[in-house]
Amino acid sequence: MTQPALSITLRAKRPGFDLDVDVSAPAGLTVLFGASGSGKTSVVDAVAGLTRDVSGRITVGDHVLLDSAQGICLSAHERRIGYVFQDARLFPHLTVRRNLDYARRVTRQPADTARFDRVVEMLGIGHLLDRRTPRLSGGEKQRVAIGRALLSRPQLILADEPLAALDDPRKEEILPYFERLRDEGEVPILYVTHSTTEVARLATTVVALENGRVVRQGNAIEVLGDPSFSPGDVRSVGAVIEARVAAHHNDGLTELNAGGIPLFLPRIARDPGTPVRVRIAAQDVILSRGRPEGISALNCLPGVVHEVQEGAGPGAILSLDTSAGRVLARITKRSLAALDLSVGTALYAIVKTVAVAPSDVGGPKG
Amino acid sequence: MSWLGPEEWQAVALSLKVAGWATALSLPVAIWVAHLLARKEFPGKQVVNGLVHLPLILPPVVTGYLLLLTFGGTAPVGALLTKLGLPLAFRWTGAALAAAIMGFPLMVRAIRLSIEAVDPKLEAAAATLGAGRWSVFATITLPLALPGIIAGAILGFAKAMGEFGATITFVSNIPGETRTVPSAIYSFLQVPGGESAALRLVVISIIIAMGALVASEVLARRIAKRMEDA
Repeated sequence: MTQPALSITLRAKRPGFDLDVDVSAPAGLTVLFGASGSGKTSVVDAVAGLTRDVSGRITVGDHVLLDSAQGICLSAHERRIGYVFQDARLFPHLTVRRNLDYARRVTRQPADTARFDRVVEMLGIGHLLDRRTPRLSGGEKQRVAIGRALLSRPQLILADEPLAALDDPRKEEILPYFERLRDEGEVPILYVTHSTTEVARLATTVVALENGRVVRQGNAIEVLGDPSFSPGDVRSVGAVIEARVAAHHNDGLTELNAGGIPLFLPRIARDPGTPVRVRIAAQDVILSRGRPEGISALNCLPGVVHEVQEGAGPGAILSLDTSAGRVLARITKRSLAALDLSVGTALYAIVKTVAVAPSDVGGPKG
Repeated sequence: MSWLGPEEWQAVALSLKVAGWATALSLPVAIWVAHLLARKEFPGKQVVNGLVHLPLILPPVVTGYLLLLTFGGTAPVGALLTKLGLPLAFRWTGAALAAAIMGFPLMVRAIRLSIEAVDPKLEAAAATLGAGRWSVFATITLPLALPGIIAGAILGFAKAMGEFGATITFVSNIPGETRTVPSAIYSFLQVPGGESAALRLVVISIIIAMGALVASEVLARRIAKRMEDA
Protein backbone atom coordinates (compact mmCIF):
# COMPACT_ATOMS: atom_id res chain seq x y z
CA MET A 1 0.00 0.00 0.00
CA THR A 2 1.33 3.42 -0.82
CA GLN A 3 1.91 5.82 2.00
CA PRO A 4 -1.22 7.83 2.82
CA ALA A 5 -0.98 11.57 2.23
CA LEU A 6 -2.46 12.12 5.64
CA SER A 7 -2.62 9.82 8.59
CA ILE A 8 -4.21 10.75 11.90
CA THR A 9 -4.48 8.60 14.99
CA LEU A 10 -5.76 10.55 17.97
CA ARG A 11 -6.99 9.96 21.48
CA ALA A 12 -8.17 12.77 23.69
CA LYS A 13 -10.70 13.55 26.37
CA ARG A 14 -13.17 16.26 25.47
CA PRO A 15 -16.16 17.53 27.38
CA GLY A 16 -19.08 15.34 26.40
CA PHE A 17 -17.14 12.71 24.46
CA ASP A 18 -13.85 10.92 24.06
CA LEU A 19 -12.03 11.52 20.84
CA ASP A 20 -10.81 8.28 19.33
CA VAL A 21 -10.01 8.73 15.69
CA ASP A 22 -8.05 6.77 13.15
CA VAL A 23 -7.95 8.34 9.70
CA SER A 24 -5.86 7.44 6.72
CA ALA A 25 -6.44 9.45 3.57
CA PRO A 26 -4.95 9.52 0.08
CA ALA A 27 -4.01 12.73 -1.70
CA GLY A 28 -6.81 15.09 -2.62
CA LEU A 29 -9.47 16.55 -0.41
CA THR A 30 -10.58 14.69 2.68
CA VAL A 31 -13.81 15.83 4.24
CA LEU A 32 -14.34 15.43 7.95
CA PHE A 33 -18.08 15.19 8.08
CA GLY A 34 -20.35 15.20 11.09
CA ALA A 35 -22.84 17.12 13.19
CA SER A 36 -21.62 19.86 15.47
CA GLY A 37 -20.11 18.40 18.60
CA SER A 38 -18.94 15.27 16.79
CA GLY A 39 -15.30 16.20 17.25
CA LYS A 40 -14.41 17.63 13.84
CA THR A 41 -12.87 20.83 15.14
CA SER A 42 -11.06 18.91 17.89
CA VAL A 43 -9.39 16.86 15.16
CA VAL A 44 -8.31 19.80 13.01
CA ASP A 45 -7.09 21.79 16.00
CA ALA A 46 -5.00 18.80 17.06
CA VAL A 47 -3.61 18.46 13.54
CA ALA A 48 -2.78 22.17 13.49
CA GLY A 49 -1.10 21.93 16.88
CA LEU A 50 -3.46 24.45 18.43
CA THR A 51 -4.51 21.93 21.05
CA ARG A 52 -1.80 19.71 22.40
CA ASP A 53 -3.47 17.68 25.13
CA VAL A 54 -3.89 14.76 22.74
CA SER A 55 -1.99 11.57 22.21
CA GLY A 56 -1.45 9.62 19.05
CA ARG A 57 0.36 10.06 15.81
CA ILE A 58 -0.17 12.49 12.93
CA THR A 59 1.78 12.38 9.71
CA VAL A 60 1.53 14.38 6.49
CA GLY A 61 3.39 12.48 3.81
CA ASP A 62 6.59 11.46 5.57
CA HIS A 63 6.52 14.46 7.88
CA VAL A 64 5.72 13.59 11.50
CA LEU A 65 3.73 16.29 13.31
CA LEU A 66 2.89 14.30 16.40
CA ASP A 67 4.14 11.00 17.74
CA SER A 68 3.35 10.62 21.41
CA ALA A 69 5.18 7.29 21.59
CA GLN A 70 8.39 9.00 20.54
CA GLY A 71 7.70 12.21 22.41
CA ILE A 72 7.37 14.28 19.23
CA CYS A 73 4.88 17.11 19.24
CA LEU A 74 5.69 20.00 16.93
CA SER A 75 4.47 23.47 17.87
CA ALA A 76 1.80 25.01 15.69
CA HIS A 77 4.33 27.32 14.05
CA GLU A 78 6.57 24.41 13.06
CA ARG A 79 3.88 22.35 11.38
CA ARG A 80 3.60 24.22 8.08
CA ILE A 81 -0.15 23.97 7.94
CA GLY A 82 -2.31 26.44 6.09
CA TYR A 83 -5.38 26.80 8.27
CA VAL A 84 -8.45 28.44 6.73
CA PHE A 85 -10.74 29.29 9.63
CA GLN A 86 -14.50 29.62 9.51
CA ASP A 87 -14.18 33.21 10.71
CA ALA A 88 -11.26 34.03 8.36
CA ARG A 89 -9.25 35.53 11.24
CA LEU A 90 -7.54 38.14 9.10
CA PHE A 91 -5.32 40.48 11.05
CA PRO A 92 -7.28 43.73 11.44
CA HIS A 93 -4.23 45.96 11.81
CA LEU A 94 -2.67 44.86 8.53
CA THR A 95 -3.58 45.45 4.91
CA VAL A 96 -4.63 42.57 2.70
CA ARG A 97 -1.15 42.56 1.19
CA ARG A 98 0.51 42.31 4.60
CA ASN A 99 -1.91 39.60 5.66
CA LEU A 100 -1.00 37.60 2.57
CA ASP A 101 2.67 38.23 3.17
CA TYR A 102 2.55 37.51 6.89
CA ALA A 103 3.84 33.92 6.84
CA ARG A 104 6.73 34.83 4.58
CA ARG A 105 7.77 37.74 6.77
CA VAL A 106 7.65 35.93 10.11
CA THR A 107 9.54 32.96 8.72
CA ARG A 108 12.03 35.31 7.03
CA GLN A 109 11.67 33.81 3.56
CA PRO A 110 12.77 35.79 0.53
CA ALA A 111 9.95 37.39 -1.45
CA ASP A 112 8.56 35.20 -4.22
CA THR A 113 6.61 37.69 -6.31
CA ALA A 114 5.76 35.16 -9.01
CA ARG A 115 4.04 32.91 -6.47
CA PHE A 116 2.42 35.86 -4.73
CA ASP A 117 1.03 37.18 -8.02
CA ARG A 118 -0.20 33.76 -9.06
CA VAL A 119 -2.16 33.26 -5.84
CA VAL A 120 -3.55 36.81 -5.94
CA GLU A 121 -4.65 36.32 -9.52
CA MET A 122 -6.21 32.92 -8.92
CA LEU A 123 -8.29 34.30 -6.05
CA GLY A 124 -9.09 37.55 -7.82
CA ILE A 125 -8.02 39.74 -4.92
CA GLY A 126 -5.62 42.04 -6.74
CA HIS A 127 -7.89 45.06 -6.28
CA LEU A 128 -8.03 44.49 -2.51
CA LEU A 129 -4.32 44.43 -1.77
CA ASP A 130 -4.07 47.86 -0.18
CA ARG A 131 -7.34 47.63 1.71
CA ARG A 132 -7.56 46.94 5.41
CA THR A 133 -9.37 43.77 6.27
CA PRO A 134 -12.25 44.69 8.62
CA ARG A 135 -14.29 46.23 5.83
CA LEU A 136 -14.00 43.40 3.33
CA SER A 137 -17.14 41.39 2.56
CA GLY A 138 -17.43 37.85 3.91
CA GLY A 139 -16.49 36.29 0.58
CA GLU A 140 -13.55 38.62 0.10
CA LYS A 141 -12.29 37.87 3.60
CA GLN A 142 -12.44 34.15 2.97
CA ARG A 143 -10.61 34.49 -0.34
CA VAL A 144 -7.86 36.47 1.36
CA ALA A 145 -7.74 33.84 4.13
CA ILE A 146 -7.28 31.10 1.53
CA GLY A 147 -4.53 33.12 -0.12
CA ARG A 148 -2.81 33.74 3.19
CA ALA A 149 -2.88 30.00 3.96
CA LEU A 150 -1.58 29.09 0.50
CA LEU A 151 1.25 31.60 0.66
CA SER A 152 2.53 30.05 3.89
CA ARG A 153 3.75 27.19 1.66
CA PRO A 154 1.80 24.62 3.64
CA GLN A 155 2.26 20.89 3.36
CA LEU A 156 -1.38 20.48 4.39
CA ILE A 157 -4.36 22.79 4.13
CA LEU A 158 -6.93 22.66 6.91
CA ALA A 159 -10.29 24.25 6.33
CA ASP A 160 -12.71 24.34 9.24
CA GLU A 161 -16.19 25.01 7.82
CA PRO A 162 -14.80 27.79 5.64
CA LEU A 163 -18.20 28.46 4.06
CA ALA A 164 -20.42 28.16 7.11
CA ALA A 165 -20.49 31.89 7.78
CA LEU A 166 -21.33 32.80 4.18
CA ASP A 167 -24.65 33.11 2.36
CA ASP A 168 -25.36 30.84 -0.62
CA PRO A 169 -24.08 33.09 -3.42
CA ARG A 170 -20.87 33.63 -1.44
CA LYS A 171 -20.53 29.87 -0.97
CA GLU A 172 -20.75 29.47 -4.73
CA GLU A 173 -18.04 32.09 -5.02
CA ILE A 174 -15.61 30.19 -2.76
CA LEU A 175 -16.33 26.52 -3.59
CA PRO A 176 -14.56 26.55 -6.97
CA TYR A 177 -11.29 27.61 -5.31
CA PHE A 178 -11.32 24.50 -3.17
CA GLU A 179 -12.18 22.38 -6.23
CA ARG A 180 -9.23 23.92 -7.97
CA LEU A 181 -6.84 23.36 -5.07
CA ARG A 182 -8.00 19.76 -4.87
CA ASP A 183 -7.46 19.24 -8.60
CA GLU A 184 -4.07 20.91 -8.67
CA GLY A 185 -3.17 18.23 -6.15
CA GLU A 186 -0.14 20.05 -4.78
CA VAL A 187 -1.22 19.89 -1.18
CA PRO A 188 -3.57 17.52 0.61
CA ILE A 189 -6.60 19.25 2.11
CA LEU A 190 -8.49 18.34 5.26
CA TYR A 191 -11.88 20.01 5.06
CA VAL A 192 -14.46 20.12 7.83
CA THR A 193 -18.12 20.51 7.02
CA HIS A 194 -21.59 19.33 7.92
CA SER A 195 -22.98 20.19 4.50
CA THR A 196 -23.69 17.29 2.15
CA THR A 197 -23.53 19.66 -0.81
CA GLU A 198 -19.93 20.46 0.06
CA VAL A 199 -19.14 16.78 0.56
CA ALA A 200 -20.63 15.95 -2.83
CA ARG A 201 -18.81 18.81 -4.56
CA LEU A 202 -15.42 18.52 -2.95
CA ALA A 203 -14.63 15.25 -1.27
CA THR A 204 -12.13 12.76 -2.60
CA THR A 205 -12.41 10.91 0.69
CA VAL A 206 -15.12 11.14 3.31
CA VAL A 207 -14.51 10.58 7.00
CA ALA A 208 -17.75 10.64 8.97
CA LEU A 209 -17.47 11.40 12.68
CA GLU A 210 -20.00 10.75 15.42
CA ASN A 211 -19.34 11.42 19.09
CA GLY A 212 -15.61 11.60 18.52
CA ARG A 213 -15.40 8.36 16.58
CA VAL A 214 -15.02 7.57 12.90
CA VAL A 215 -18.19 5.79 11.82
CA ARG A 216 -17.36 5.61 8.14
CA GLN A 217 -14.45 6.47 5.90
CA GLY A 218 -13.65 5.83 2.29
CA ASN A 219 -13.89 7.07 -1.27
CA ALA A 220 -16.50 9.83 -1.43
CA ILE A 221 -18.45 8.44 -4.39
CA GLU A 222 -18.67 5.02 -2.78
CA VAL A 223 -19.68 6.36 0.62
CA LEU A 224 -22.29 8.75 -0.78
CA GLY A 225 -23.71 5.99 -2.98
CA ASP A 226 -24.24 3.69 -0.01
CA PRO A 227 -27.84 3.74 1.22
CA SER A 228 -26.74 2.84 4.74
CA PHE A 229 -24.64 6.01 4.98
CA SER A 230 -26.88 8.53 6.66
CA PRO A 231 -25.62 12.08 6.76
CA GLY A 232 -27.97 13.12 9.55
CA ASP A 233 -30.96 14.45 7.64
CA VAL A 234 -32.56 11.99 5.17
CA ARG A 235 -33.43 14.90 2.93
CA SER A 236 -29.73 15.41 2.26
CA VAL A 237 -29.10 11.82 1.14
CA GLY A 238 -27.89 11.69 -2.42
CA ALA A 239 -25.34 9.95 -4.60
CA VAL A 240 -22.77 11.62 -6.78
CA ILE A 241 -22.22 10.55 -10.35
CA GLU A 242 -19.33 11.46 -12.55
CA ALA A 243 -20.03 12.68 -16.04
CA ARG A 244 -18.67 14.81 -18.85
CA VAL A 245 -20.21 17.88 -20.44
CA ALA A 246 -21.42 16.73 -23.88
CA ALA A 247 -23.12 19.81 -25.33
CA HIS A 248 -24.98 22.98 -24.53
CA HIS A 249 -28.38 23.28 -26.13
CA ASN A 250 -29.91 26.59 -27.05
CA ASP A 251 -33.03 25.97 -24.97
CA GLY A 252 -30.91 26.58 -21.86
CA LEU A 253 -29.99 22.99 -21.12
CA THR A 254 -26.63 21.34 -20.78
CA GLU A 255 -26.32 17.74 -21.84
CA LEU A 256 -23.96 15.50 -19.94
CA ASN A 257 -22.67 12.14 -20.89
CA ALA A 258 -22.80 9.88 -17.85
CA GLY A 259 -21.35 6.51 -18.79
CA GLY A 260 -23.08 6.65 -22.18
CA ILE A 261 -26.41 7.91 -20.85
CA PRO A 262 -27.47 11.48 -21.66
CA LEU A 263 -28.35 13.63 -18.66
CA PHE A 264 -29.97 17.03 -19.06
CA LEU A 265 -29.36 19.80 -16.57
CA PRO A 266 -30.02 23.51 -16.43
CA ARG A 267 -27.16 25.26 -18.21
CA ILE A 268 -23.83 25.05 -16.40
CA ALA A 269 -20.90 27.24 -17.30
CA ARG A 270 -18.40 24.58 -18.26
CA ASP A 271 -16.92 23.72 -21.61
CA PRO A 272 -17.90 20.55 -23.49
CA GLY A 273 -15.53 17.75 -22.55
CA THR A 274 -15.08 18.95 -18.96
CA PRO A 275 -15.58 16.28 -16.34
CA VAL A 276 -18.15 17.18 -13.68
CA ARG A 277 -19.60 15.67 -10.55
CA VAL A 278 -23.35 15.81 -10.17
CA ARG A 279 -25.13 15.24 -6.91
CA ILE A 280 -28.55 13.70 -7.34
CA ALA A 281 -30.62 13.98 -4.19
CA ALA A 282 -32.31 10.68 -3.36
CA GLN A 283 -35.64 12.42 -2.81
CA ASP A 284 -35.59 13.82 -6.36
CA VAL A 285 -35.47 10.38 -7.94
CA ILE A 286 -38.64 8.62 -9.09
CA LEU A 287 -38.55 4.90 -9.79
CA SER A 288 -40.50 3.14 -12.50
CA ARG A 289 -40.75 -0.51 -13.46
CA GLY A 290 -41.13 0.20 -17.14
CA ARG A 291 -39.66 2.87 -19.36
CA PRO A 292 -42.00 5.75 -18.73
CA GLU A 293 -43.85 7.36 -21.59
CA GLY A 294 -45.42 10.75 -21.71
CA ILE A 295 -43.82 12.32 -18.66
CA SER A 296 -42.02 15.61 -18.44
CA ALA A 297 -38.83 14.42 -16.77
CA LEU A 298 -35.97 14.36 -19.24
CA ASN A 299 -33.59 12.03 -17.48
CA CYS A 300 -34.19 8.33 -17.40
CA LEU A 301 -31.50 5.95 -16.21
CA PRO A 302 -32.02 2.20 -16.58
CA GLY A 303 -30.56 0.25 -13.65
CA VAL A 304 -30.77 -2.61 -11.25
CA VAL A 305 -31.52 -2.47 -7.51
CA HIS A 306 -28.29 -3.06 -5.61
CA GLU A 307 -29.41 -2.59 -2.04
CA VAL A 308 -32.53 -1.69 -0.10
CA GLN A 309 -32.29 0.10 3.20
CA GLU A 310 -35.57 0.47 5.03
CA GLY A 311 -35.68 3.37 7.46
CA ALA A 312 -37.42 3.58 10.80
CA GLY A 313 -40.07 5.90 9.34
CA PRO A 314 -42.25 5.46 6.26
CA GLY A 315 -39.30 5.72 3.86
CA ALA A 316 -36.73 3.45 2.29
CA ILE A 317 -33.54 4.20 0.43
CA LEU A 318 -32.53 2.12 -2.55
CA SER A 319 -29.25 2.10 -4.36
CA LEU A 320 -29.30 1.34 -8.06
CA ASP A 321 -26.50 0.36 -10.34
CA THR A 322 -26.80 2.27 -13.58
CA SER A 323 -24.23 2.71 -16.31
CA ALA A 324 -23.90 6.30 -15.08
CA GLY A 325 -22.83 4.98 -11.70
CA ARG A 326 -24.57 4.38 -8.44
CA VAL A 327 -27.75 6.37 -7.82
CA LEU A 328 -29.77 6.58 -4.61
CA ALA A 329 -33.52 6.91 -4.49
CA ARG A 330 -35.72 7.58 -1.49
CA ILE A 331 -39.23 6.25 -1.79
CA THR A 332 -41.94 5.15 0.63
CA LYS A 333 -42.14 1.61 1.95
CA ARG A 334 -45.60 1.52 0.43
CA SER A 335 -44.16 2.09 -3.07
CA LEU A 336 -41.45 -0.42 -2.34
CA ALA A 337 -44.14 -3.03 -1.70
CA ALA A 338 -46.44 -1.88 -4.50
CA LEU A 339 -43.68 -2.12 -7.11
CA ASP A 340 -42.37 -5.29 -5.48
CA LEU A 341 -38.80 -4.03 -5.54
CA SER A 342 -35.94 -6.10 -4.22
CA VAL A 343 -32.25 -6.56 -4.91
CA GLY A 344 -31.76 -7.37 -8.57
CA THR A 345 -35.00 -5.81 -9.85
CA ALA A 346 -34.48 -3.94 -13.12
CA LEU A 347 -36.09 -0.53 -13.30
CA TYR A 348 -35.72 3.07 -14.40
CA ALA A 349 -34.61 6.01 -12.29
CA ILE A 350 -36.19 9.27 -13.35
CA VAL A 351 -34.66 12.58 -12.41
CA LYS A 352 -36.22 15.94 -13.10
CA THR A 353 -33.78 18.22 -14.85
CA VAL A 354 -34.70 21.23 -12.76
CA ALA A 355 -34.21 19.28 -9.54
CA VAL A 356 -30.47 19.49 -10.04
CA ALA A 357 -29.38 22.83 -8.67
CA PRO A 358 -26.25 24.50 -9.99
CA SER A 359 -24.71 24.04 -6.53
CA ASP A 360 -25.06 20.29 -7.01
CA VAL A 361 -22.70 20.33 -9.97
CA GLY A 362 -19.05 20.35 -9.11
CA GLY A 363 -15.80 20.70 -10.92
CA PRO A 364 -13.66 17.94 -12.39
CA LYS A 365 -12.46 14.78 -10.80
CA GLY A 366 -12.69 13.84 -7.16
CA MET B 1 8.86 80.20 30.68
CA SER B 2 10.12 83.42 32.12
CA TRP B 3 7.24 83.69 34.52
CA LEU B 4 8.63 80.69 36.39
CA GLY B 5 11.38 81.31 38.95
CA PRO B 6 14.57 79.27 38.68
CA GLU B 7 13.56 77.11 41.62
CA GLU B 8 10.17 76.39 40.11
CA TRP B 9 11.64 75.71 36.68
CA GLN B 10 14.11 73.32 38.29
CA ALA B 11 11.26 71.40 39.90
CA VAL B 12 9.36 71.13 36.61
CA ALA B 13 12.44 69.95 34.70
CA LEU B 14 13.26 67.44 37.43
CA SER B 15 9.70 66.12 37.49
CA LEU B 16 9.72 65.63 33.72
CA LYS B 17 13.06 63.82 33.94
CA VAL B 18 11.94 61.61 36.84
CA ALA B 19 8.57 60.78 35.27
CA GLY B 20 10.13 60.21 31.85
CA TRP B 21 12.66 57.73 33.17
CA ALA B 22 10.13 56.07 35.43
CA THR B 23 7.74 55.53 32.52
CA ALA B 24 10.38 54.45 30.01
CA LEU B 25 11.93 51.89 32.33
CA SER B 26 8.76 50.45 33.82
CA LEU B 27 6.77 50.23 30.57
CA PRO B 28 8.53 47.12 29.18
CA VAL B 29 8.22 45.40 32.57
CA ALA B 30 4.57 46.41 32.80
CA ILE B 31 3.87 44.99 29.32
CA TRP B 32 5.60 41.74 30.26
CA VAL B 33 3.71 41.41 33.56
CA ALA B 34 0.40 42.41 31.96
CA HIS B 35 0.88 39.77 29.25
CA LEU B 36 1.71 37.20 31.91
CA LEU B 37 -1.42 38.03 33.88
CA ALA B 38 -3.63 38.24 30.80
CA ARG B 39 -2.53 35.11 28.97
CA LYS B 40 -0.75 32.65 31.24
CA GLU B 41 -1.87 30.39 34.00
CA PHE B 42 0.82 29.65 36.56
CA PRO B 43 1.00 28.84 40.25
CA GLY B 44 1.22 31.97 42.34
CA LYS B 45 -0.56 34.11 39.74
CA GLN B 46 -2.76 35.67 42.42
CA VAL B 47 0.31 36.49 44.51
CA VAL B 48 1.94 38.26 41.56
CA ASN B 49 -1.32 40.06 40.89
CA GLY B 50 -1.49 41.14 44.52
CA LEU B 51 2.10 42.33 44.62
CA VAL B 52 1.58 44.39 41.47
CA HIS B 53 -1.43 46.10 42.98
CA LEU B 54 0.06 46.60 46.42
CA PRO B 55 1.39 50.14 45.78
CA LEU B 56 -2.13 51.17 44.78
CA ILE B 57 -3.56 50.10 48.12
CA LEU B 58 -0.74 50.73 50.59
CA PRO B 59 -0.30 54.20 52.01
CA PRO B 60 2.39 55.78 49.80
CA VAL B 61 4.42 56.54 52.93
CA VAL B 62 4.59 52.81 53.62
CA THR B 63 5.78 52.08 50.10
CA GLY B 64 8.38 54.81 50.47
CA TYR B 65 9.55 53.46 53.77
CA LEU B 66 9.80 49.91 52.36
CA LEU B 67 11.88 51.32 49.51
CA LEU B 68 14.12 53.03 52.01
CA LEU B 69 14.53 49.77 53.93
CA THR B 70 15.44 47.94 50.73
CA PHE B 71 17.39 50.51 48.74
CA GLY B 72 18.70 52.83 51.45
CA GLY B 73 22.45 53.47 51.52
CA THR B 74 23.02 50.97 54.31
CA ALA B 75 20.54 48.33 53.18
CA PRO B 76 22.15 45.37 51.37
CA VAL B 77 20.60 46.04 47.97
CA GLY B 78 21.14 49.79 48.29
CA ALA B 79 24.78 49.32 49.27
CA LEU B 80 25.35 47.02 46.33
CA LEU B 81 23.77 49.51 43.90
CA THR B 82 25.84 52.34 45.37
CA LYS B 83 28.96 50.26 44.80
CA LEU B 84 27.85 49.68 41.22
CA GLY B 85 27.53 53.45 40.75
CA LEU B 86 23.75 53.68 40.95
CA PRO B 87 22.90 55.08 44.37
CA LEU B 88 19.18 55.55 44.85
CA ALA B 89 18.53 56.95 48.30
CA PHE B 90 18.13 60.74 48.29
CA ARG B 91 18.89 60.87 44.57
CA TRP B 92 16.68 61.66 41.60
CA THR B 93 17.20 58.04 40.50
CA GLY B 94 15.44 56.99 43.69
CA ALA B 95 12.62 59.41 42.92
CA ALA B 96 12.31 57.75 39.50
CA LEU B 97 12.17 54.31 41.14
CA ALA B 98 9.48 55.44 43.60
CA ALA B 99 7.47 57.03 40.78
CA ALA B 100 7.83 53.90 38.64
CA ILE B 101 6.61 51.63 41.42
CA MET B 102 3.67 53.86 42.26
CA GLY B 103 2.62 54.10 38.59
CA PHE B 104 3.20 50.42 37.86
CA PRO B 105 -0.22 49.05 38.92
CA LEU B 106 -2.03 51.63 36.80
CA MET B 107 0.08 50.74 33.77
CA VAL B 108 -0.38 47.01 34.25
CA ARG B 109 -4.14 47.34 34.64
CA ALA B 110 -4.58 49.33 31.44
CA ILE B 111 -2.25 47.15 29.41
CA ARG B 112 -3.66 43.91 30.78
CA LEU B 113 -7.17 44.92 29.76
CA SER B 114 -6.05 45.75 26.25
CA ILE B 115 -4.13 42.48 25.89
CA GLU B 116 -7.16 40.54 27.13
CA ALA B 117 -9.18 42.27 24.43
CA VAL B 118 -6.91 40.89 21.70
CA ASP B 119 -8.63 37.83 20.25
CA PRO B 120 -6.51 34.76 21.05
CA LYS B 121 -7.86 33.27 17.82
CA LEU B 122 -5.80 35.80 15.88
CA GLU B 123 -2.72 34.71 17.80
CA ALA B 124 -3.53 31.08 16.99
CA ALA B 125 -3.91 31.99 13.31
CA ALA B 126 -0.51 33.69 13.39
CA ALA B 127 1.03 30.57 14.92
CA THR B 128 -0.35 28.38 12.12
CA LEU B 129 1.31 30.76 9.67
CA GLY B 130 4.70 30.01 11.19
CA ALA B 131 5.05 32.71 13.81
CA GLY B 132 6.79 31.58 16.99
CA ARG B 133 5.70 32.84 20.38
CA TRP B 134 7.81 35.98 20.29
CA SER B 135 6.80 36.76 16.71
CA VAL B 136 3.12 36.38 17.56
CA PHE B 137 3.56 38.76 20.46
CA ALA B 138 5.51 41.33 18.49
CA THR B 139 3.42 41.27 15.30
CA ILE B 140 -0.10 40.60 16.57
CA THR B 141 -0.59 41.07 20.31
CA LEU B 142 1.52 44.18 20.77
CA PRO B 143 0.18 46.21 17.82
CA LEU B 144 -3.41 45.28 18.60
CA ALA B 145 -2.95 46.21 22.27
CA LEU B 146 -1.20 49.46 21.41
CA PRO B 147 -4.02 51.85 22.37
CA GLY B 148 -4.13 50.32 25.84
CA ILE B 149 -0.36 50.38 26.11
CA ILE B 150 -0.31 54.08 25.28
CA ALA B 151 -3.09 54.73 27.77
CA GLY B 152 -1.15 52.78 30.39
CA ALA B 153 2.04 54.70 29.68
CA ILE B 154 0.25 58.05 29.96
CA LEU B 155 -1.43 57.02 33.20
CA GLY B 156 1.91 55.88 34.56
CA PHE B 157 3.54 59.13 33.48
CA ALA B 158 0.82 61.22 35.08
CA LYS B 159 1.06 59.23 38.29
CA ALA B 160 4.86 59.64 38.24
CA MET B 161 4.51 63.41 37.79
CA GLY B 162 2.22 63.62 40.80
CA GLU B 163 3.85 61.10 43.12
CA PHE B 164 4.48 62.65 46.52
CA GLY B 165 4.22 60.36 49.55
CA ALA B 166 6.56 57.54 48.58
CA THR B 167 9.02 59.95 46.97
CA ILE B 168 9.36 62.29 49.92
CA THR B 169 9.71 59.33 52.30
CA PHE B 170 12.32 57.53 50.22
CA VAL B 171 14.41 60.35 48.75
CA SER B 172 13.34 63.36 50.80
CA ASN B 173 12.87 66.82 49.32
CA ILE B 174 16.25 68.09 48.14
CA PRO B 175 16.14 71.08 45.76
CA GLY B 176 17.63 70.21 42.40
CA GLU B 177 17.89 66.52 43.25
CA THR B 178 14.59 65.18 44.50
CA ARG B 179 12.30 68.21 44.76
CA THR B 180 9.74 67.36 42.10
CA VAL B 181 6.71 69.54 41.40
CA PRO B 182 4.50 68.10 44.17
CA SER B 183 7.34 68.37 46.72
CA ALA B 184 8.01 71.92 45.55
CA ILE B 185 4.34 72.89 45.90
CA TYR B 186 4.34 71.39 49.36
CA SER B 187 7.53 73.29 50.26
CA PHE B 188 6.26 76.60 48.89
CA LEU B 189 3.10 76.22 50.93
CA GLN B 190 5.17 75.82 54.08
CA VAL B 191 6.83 79.24 53.77
CA PRO B 192 5.06 82.60 54.06
CA GLY B 193 4.49 84.21 50.65
CA GLY B 194 5.03 81.00 48.75
CA GLU B 195 1.46 80.74 47.53
CA SER B 196 2.02 82.43 44.18
CA ALA B 197 4.92 80.13 43.32
CA ALA B 198 2.85 77.16 44.42
CA LEU B 199 -0.04 78.35 42.28
CA ARG B 200 2.17 78.66 39.22
CA LEU B 201 3.31 75.06 39.73
CA VAL B 202 -0.28 74.00 40.14
CA VAL B 203 -1.09 75.57 36.78
CA ILE B 204 1.90 73.83 35.21
CA SER B 205 0.77 70.52 36.70
CA ILE B 206 -2.69 70.95 35.25
CA ILE B 207 -1.29 71.84 31.82
CA ILE B 208 1.02 68.82 31.76
CA ALA B 209 -1.72 66.47 32.94
CA MET B 210 -4.23 67.76 30.41
CA GLY B 211 -1.62 67.66 27.66
CA ALA B 212 -0.83 64.06 28.46
CA LEU B 213 -4.49 63.11 28.45
CA VAL B 214 -5.20 64.84 25.15
CA ALA B 215 -2.10 63.30 23.58
CA SER B 216 -3.14 59.82 24.66
CA GLU B 217 -6.69 60.34 23.39
CA VAL B 218 -5.47 61.54 20.02
CA LEU B 219 -2.97 58.71 19.68
CA ALA B 220 -5.41 56.02 20.77
CA ARG B 221 -8.05 57.35 18.40
CA ARG B 222 -5.66 57.48 15.50
CA ILE B 223 -4.64 53.88 16.11
CA ALA B 224 -8.19 52.67 16.52
CA LYS B 225 -9.16 54.41 13.30
CA ARG B 226 -6.22 52.90 11.47
CA MET B 227 -7.34 49.45 12.54
CA GLU B 228 -11.00 49.84 11.68
CA ASP B 229 -10.82 51.80 8.48
CA ALA B 230 -10.44 50.45 5.05
